[in-house]
Amino acid sequence: MGDNILEVEALKAYYQMSYFGVNREVRAVDGITMNVKRREVYGIAGESSSGKTSFIKVLAAAIRPPLRVIAGSATYDFGGKPTDVTVATPAEIDAIRWRHLSYIMQGSMSTLNPVRRIGRIFEDFAARPLGLSGSAFRQRVVEHLGHLKLPPSVLNAYPHELSGGMRQRVTIGLATVGKPDFIIADEPTTALDVVVQKDVLSLIKNLQTEMGSSIVFVTHDMSVHANIADRIGIIYAGRLVEEAPTRALFTAPKHPYSAHLVASLPRIGDTTQRPALEGRPPSLAAPPAGCRFHPRCPLAIDKCKTEAPPLLAVGPDHRSACWRAADVEPLVPGHGRVGVTA
Amino acid sequence: MSALLEVADVGKRFQMGGILGRQEVRAVDEVSFAIAADKPEIFTIIGESGSGKTTLARMILGLERPSSGRILFRGEPVHHENKADRLKFMANVQPVFQNPFEAFNPLKRVDRYLQSTARRYLGARDKAAIEAAMDGALQKVGLSLAEIAGRFPHELSGGQLQRVAIARALIPNPPLLIADEPVSMVDASLRMAIVNLLKALRDDFGVSVIYITHDLATAYYISDRLIIMQKGRVVEMGPARAVLDNPEHPYSQLLKASVLSADDAGAGNLKPANELLQFSNDRLSRADASRLEERADGRRVRV
Amino acid sequence: MFAVLRDLIRYNAEFTIGLILVGIVAIFAALSFFSPVDPTQIYLAIPDQPPSAQYWFGTNSRGQDLFWQLSAAFKNSLIFGITVAVLSRIISIAVGLAAGYLGGWVDRVLMFINDIFVAVPIFPILVLFYFVLRNHMDSFTMALIMACFGWPFDARLIRSVALGLKHREFTRHAVFAGMSTRKVLLEEHLPYVMPIVFSTFMNNMLWSIGMEVTLAVLGFTNINNPTIGTVLYWANSHSAMVVGVWWWVLIPVILIVITFVGLFLLAVSMNEYIDPRSRLRRMGA
Repeated sequence: MGDNILEVEALKAYYQMSYFGVNREVRAVDGITMNVKRREVYGIAGESSSGKTSFIKVLAAAIRPPLRVIAGSATYDFGGKPTDVTVATPAEIDAIRWRHLSYIMQGSMSTLNPVRRIGRIFEDFAARPLGLSGSAFRQRVVEHLGHLKLPPSVLNAYPHELSGGMRQRVTIGLATVGKPDFIIADEPTTALDVVVQKDVLSLIKNLQTEMGSSIVFVTHDMSVHANIADRIGIIYAGRLVEEAPTRALFTAPKHPYSAHLVASLPRIGDTTQRPALEGRPPSLAAPPAGCRFHPRCPLAIDKCKTEAPPLLAVGPDHRSACWRAADVEPLVPGHGRVGVTA
Repeated sequence: MSALLEVADVGKRFQMGGILGRQEVRAVDEVSFAIAADKPEIFTIIGESGSGKTTLARMILGLERPSSGRILFRGEPVHHENKADRLKFMANVQPVFQNPFEAFNPLKRVDRYLQSTARRYLGARDKAAIEAAMDGALQKVGLSLAEIAGRFPHELSGGQLQRVAIARALIPNPPLLIADEPVSMVDASLRMAIVNLLKALRDDFGVSVIYITHDLATAYYISDRLIIMQKGRVVEMGPARAVLDNPEHPYSQLLKASVLSADDAGAGNLKPANELLQFSNDRLSRADASRLEERADGRRVRV
Repeated sequence: MFAVLRDLIRYNAEFTIGLILVGIVAIFAALSFFSPVDPTQIYLAIPDQPPSAQYWFGTNSRGQDLFWQLSAAFKNSLIFGITVAVLSRIISIAVGLAAGYLGGWVDRVLMFINDIFVAVPIFPILVLFYFVLRNHMDSFTMALIMACFGWPFDARLIRSVALGLKHREFTRHAVFAGMSTRKVLLEEHLPYVMPIVFSTFMNNMLWSIGMEVTLAVLGFTNINNPTIGTVLYWANSHSAMVVGVWWWVLIPVILIVITFVGLFLLAVSMNEYIDPRSRLRRMGA
């Protein structure tokens, strides 16, 4: 695996349900191939119900029915024997969790048990995986909180006594105290105010640089991706539609959907009319044939309605799944328009 | 200039805490502004959580009473004890809700909200009049009654739902809409559709909108004037473009500096503006002795 | 509604079994409308006859045909249970929804009353009523008294749901659409508490029928009115098991067990109630 810490190969994960005699299959992750390099921040963007949450559930080895992995693999390489989380036993998952693989959750209030002090929460979660106890563990935690600009006194506080930003830093601390090699961050700053958001983001970035970890960063906010991600993967209706280095994705997107996401971002200092995308995201239970974006796509041709485009290289490190990738116009800064020619 | 809405020295205090250690929190402190009746505009209130922006919105909607000052709509106080007066006021000032998926009861058809509105505010009795009112309002937001009649919320997309919700608010032809964070809960592709719709309502139908948000970028994009609030106080107000292009108060500068810009894509500009944070906290600690000062370009800044 | 029922029967075994059991008892009880004998009269048949082709359930020591006696008893008990359940549901819905939605002093007053009813023990109160009213204590009076005690727990349950609904955006939307408080409660909030209402309806019937049996066995009701409880009361006072008239006790007990198990299964499966097909559609979203 060498350079890659995570390799995802043609991953398909469906929700399979049987309810009142009707079998239903929701194809939440439908053939995603990607990899994450060591020391890289990989941003995943997508709308709600695009399947991005299911995708990271698989990555976090939290695959529980009705979600099932149908095909493919997601393999981590933490130096020892590679672990494919789609087939790993609970014991193998336990062995990598917290020390190698960790997860920063969205709602800091619901993650932290409201009736336990922060110190106890750290013990509950992290003491066993780290193999430390008593004062050694406490010392490690205090030292780690120092990195997060949190005083040791927070260990004696209850979650509700902390501000939203502090709580989110505590959850980040909880996820990173084991100095994991791979961190999955699921909308970690969405609920925060702008000032605090930037602060927390820079904290995550600093920690990542210091520890040399890789991060998969999930958010629907493209401006967050612009500033934290090294590479970005855009997910639409269960499929990866474009993947590119951050700069390239923002300046020269090669998929109409990502072009739209970039073009619709409002900027201070620019009042040109921003386009809105018509239509709705497709149902994952009955996705449209061919390219799943074609009903909303300004560039759609007949081929798009029948044949699903493969994810092909369109530039260095840049892949796009669009039959007309060459016709997606690069965005001219200041002229917010969907990249459309003719 | 006759004022559509006049907010004069409005303050709101809450009592916090139990029997011991009662604390008074000033959620909103001496806020004043006016919206003209003859010139529709999008007036933005910017603030973070705890800035008092939502409390201010609730007071304008008459859901809460100011502790001091007064809010007048067309010269009359907005808080009505009398049910008939309250209904008359609600016909003129309508809210736009935060989350389109939450604004409709999932067990009920969406058109019943429109029917109820037409019946209660317009006094429409017969079916034809009600349907005409519904269709008229839906046309304004680019929908038609045929598209949504008899539909349940889960059969419509988020964008359609938000437009139905706004159409519902438009049925009594209100001159003023209060939109409290109408885009904070929606996906990027939907966000601009809603923001553009608010703009169209102002330009095409002469509806004024009070747009409450924490997002400076959309505020810049659609608003005519804005106020920036910090812990219940207005720190800077004035023409939106002038203020956001060159914010003067340290807190406004801090907010602007904290906005993540896509222009920095790939460069990873995440350096927190600690100096500005320091300045703005300094200002906050001396805020009791401060006041708003007029500037040449029409803005007012707290000094 | 019929489609919901059909889906529940087809895919929910508990519901189907419950429905069959309760159906058997209900049909049996309904037969009493065609009863050839007056169930309150005694010595109309030869006493102490075991079950036979002529007397399916045998006869008791008071010379009554147990088949028609029990049929009337189950009719009365089921009507009693339904009356209590309906009345107490109405009270608990009204109190729960109003307290949850209106809040403030309305909530405090209603919940204060609620807690008093939770705290007051119902059994001594019923006995007290019996001592005062004696034979004026008919089924309906008792149903009224029990309905007054059968609502507070469920009202709290409904209130907790209503509290959550109050802060949902669609409630505010309804208010700004000009809907009256009554309309908001009945049309917006009531559908959300209906599953609770249905499942507690069954539980409440179980509770009230059980309570009636207890009171009757001890002789604290109008013992001349045939109910499940009074049948057992007479069996006990005639020492039915001792003299070998076992069918007088065994048959009603079997029927009671069928009724209770049936109602219990219905109560459990009612949790699935909210229109299953709309849930299906939501699943795909």
